[in-house]
Amino acid sequence: MRFRTVTSPHILEATSVGRVMRRVLYAMVPGIAALCWFFGWGVPVNLAIATGVALVAETAMLAARGKPLALHLTDHSAVVTAWLLAVALPPLAPWWLTTIGVLSAIVVAKHLYGGLGYNPFNPAMVGYVVLLISFPREMSSWLIPHGFDQPQAMTLAETLQAIFQGALPARFAPDALTGATALDVLRTKLGLGLTVTEIRNSPVFGIVAGRGWEWAALGFLVGGLWLLYVRAADWRISAGMLGGLAVIATVFYLIDPQRYAPPWFHLWSGAAIFGAFFIATDPVTASATPRGRLLYGAGIGVLVYIIRGFGGYPDGVAFAVLLMNIAAPTIDLYTQPRVFGARRG
Amino acid sequence: MSRLFPFHGGLKTVRHKTESNREAVRASALPPRLTVPLRQHIGAIAKPLVQAGDRVLKGQMIGQPDGYISAGVHAPTSGRVAAVEQRPVPHPSGLPDWCVVIDSDGEDRWIDRQPVDYRRLHPSELRNALRNAGVVGLGGAAFPSAVKLNLSGHCEHLQTLILNGAECEPWITCDDRIMRERAAEIVAGLDVMAHVLEPREVLIGIEDDKPEAIAAMTAACAETGYQVRPVPTRYPSGSVKQLVKLLTGKETPVDGLPVDVGVQCFNVATAYTIHRAVDFGEPVISRIVTVTGRVNQPQNIEALLGTPFAELVDQSGGYRDEIQRLIMGGPMMGFALHSDEVPVTKATNCILAAGAAELAPEQPAMPCIRCGACVDACPADLLPQQLYWHARAKEFDKAQDYHLFSCIECGCCSYVCPSRIPLVQYYRYAKNEIWAQEKEKQKAELARQRHQARQERLEREKQEREAKLRQKTPPRAEPVAEKPSIEAAVARAKPFPAPALDTIAETVNRSD
Repeated sequence: MRFRTVTSPHILEATSVGRVMRRVLYAMVPGIAALCWFFGWGVPVNLAIATGVALVAETAMLAARGKPLALHLTDHSAVVTAWLLAVALPPLAPWWLTTIGVLSAIVVAKHLYGGLGYNPFNPAMVGYVVLLISFPREMSSWLIPHGFDQPQAMTLAETLQAIFQGALPARFAPDALTGATALDVLRTKLGLGLTVTEIRNSPVFGIVAGRGWEWAALGFLVGGLWLLYVRAADWRISAGMLGGLAVIATVFYLIDPQRYAPPWFHLWSGAAIFGAFFIATDPVTASATPRGRLLYGAGIGVLVYIIRGFGGYPDGVAFAVLLMNIAAPTIDLYTQPRVFGARRG
Repeated sequence: MSRLFPFHGGLKTVRHKTESNREAVRASALPPRLTVPLRQHIGAIAKPLVQAGDRVLKGQMIGQPDGYISAGVHAPTSGRVAAVEQRPVPHPSGLPDWCVVIDSDGEDRWIDRQPVDYRRLHPSELRNALRNAGVVGLGGAAFPSAVKLNLSGHCEHLQTLILNGAECEPWITCDDRIMRERAAEIVAGLDVMAHVLEPREVLIGIEDDKPEAIAAMTAACAETGYQVRPVPTRYPSGSVKQLVKLLTGKETPVDGLPVDVGVQCFNVATAYTIHRAVDFGEPVISRIVTVTGRVNQPQNIEALLGTPFAELVDQSGGYRDEIQRLIMGGPMMGFALHSDEVPVTKATNCILAAGAAELAPEQPAMPCIRCGACVDACPADLLPQQLYWHARAKEFDKAQDYHLFSCIECGCCSYVCPSRIPLVQYYRYAKNEIWAQEKEKQKAELARQRHQARQERLEREKQEREAKLRQKTPPRAEPVAEKPSIEAAVARAKPFPAPALDTIAETVNRSD
């Protein structure tokens, strides 16, 4: 009898890029659920717009590049990019804002830079930064979380009207809907010379960080830990980022607790948790060596703090990730593991 | 319990051991025709000692070891030599190789067997006896054991002698069965090795999914001082370097052998054959083969070397359902064969008939997403994704910078790769390309040396001719001044002649 010859190994683990990406999506669900609870219909609507635009853009780019559509569309990487970006957008972001962000991410940052596996920059963060720089006003008008100072939630119809026609419902006073985030408040008021203790009394703060926000962070933490558990993300990057942020925040906090917010506030605020488990852990754009990943994560953590504390933006995860993306190849070069049997030292 | 020193990476794979390890080893029926390859080992092919028409007895040497790294080949049964020619052999290349084809006479008559008392033999005599008996590593690599029983040039004293009963590949159970059934004989072979190598300790590493084998070996080792060490079931714990690390904590140097750190390692079945060769005078003419997968009756068969795979499959009830690949060895490192009309060799530990259920579905490779699953799985602490990158780009220098040659091709990286990239295939490709380039370079260097030698010879001859001519013509003035220059020319020419050319000729032969 004649048989086919194929090289070993002949058995493989049941895994695929699609499975890894699907797990990232599943892991985002608790955090997204919390966001939906606190920020209403805008969150799912943004997700839907982003997903739709991403799939169209992905299909068009794959077709233009002559790639097999079915194989690459089922890797779900475009959906992951869309969700990462959508979660980072204000819940009432106009539809064109989301669209521009997703197109920048998928068309430019992903495909024009070489496509899945080759893009040097995290596509979702490129999309985010394009929006942040080009449309600062739209990007900073965050809804006030429900259940606190905003007794009535917007209905789905009102939300759609806001997103697609830019018209806020007349039954709300303009200031009743949107407001500054905890990081914004901290930043602005520190600039006015207030102490951290005074600022902490502001209603936007909850138990550790921003009201409502902190629950979303908890959701992302739960999902993120699961992601580490199933090894769809590397714990070293998350640990490095949170560790780096914690260390530098602690140092400054110890120097002057009235001028610098405590480390737990920083860890729990803004996109720190979300970034540590879902954004920094994008393997394509991260360092690839075990020690390099710790360093890469730590670099992001430190940069986040520096941007928050001394930079021009209230949060700095996107910039920190992009800056460390550039550094990843160099980190890899200098952090190669000692090969089995090579001399120590 | 003694300490273990886990190696980095590795995998929990499917096991599939119970299909074939429940029944005792069965002796194979005597096949009518045996095709015995003369190259069943690493090293030089054995020189044929018989020709078509010769009558041979069971155990008679039919291939003589040729050189230091080589091993004898013997007639597995009595009969008549039908041919000495190139036949298909189980090799990844699918190329034929020299074989002695023997038609069995059905009598299975032994030659006169001569046991030896190894305690009285000088180690080098014992090594010769083992080389002549065709003893090679039966774990799959088939490296001549006599070479490994010689420490000179590597270390003064052997610290640890390891017997490898890990058998970490899925499906294979031949070592499991031999340890359960012939533990005392294995230990007797171990005595011979320990006598020659004089190790300070003897450790027997067995994966803990084989409790019966561990019990049998522990019982057989009572009062010997040999220690049975169960090791966690984690592929590739049976790989030599990984097992040495696991049991002793020592890492084999990148360009070295375990013996360089005072450890030597043999397969359990090899110990058994050493016992048979020394205490019974029986050369290696059979081995235990696991026949498993999609056959009706998976089992272990003690098969004569040269038995066609198809024969063993028939004895195991034939193929069940559709077979997609026939694999020699395990599913992680074994290679797929073109045909089942190839003979069992000393390296044939397992014949795995694989159908769709046993195999990974063939999927197109996706781009590498640098997830690092391969880095976590690599037992050699390499960066497989970087190696892949450079191998694919044909940047072989860079691949070597990333220690391509430390790769043991265990397949862990491919196994876990979500992008389904055949990583090991790329590494094999890169290694082969580098070897080919090295060969080319050597050839070019040789040609250069030859050319230079020729130029120098011509120059020398020209000078000698001129010198002679000058001697004939009568000197006109100051003949004394002329003389030293002739001598100098001769002296200059001296280092080059014959020896240099000899060396070149020798290198040519070797590289061919």
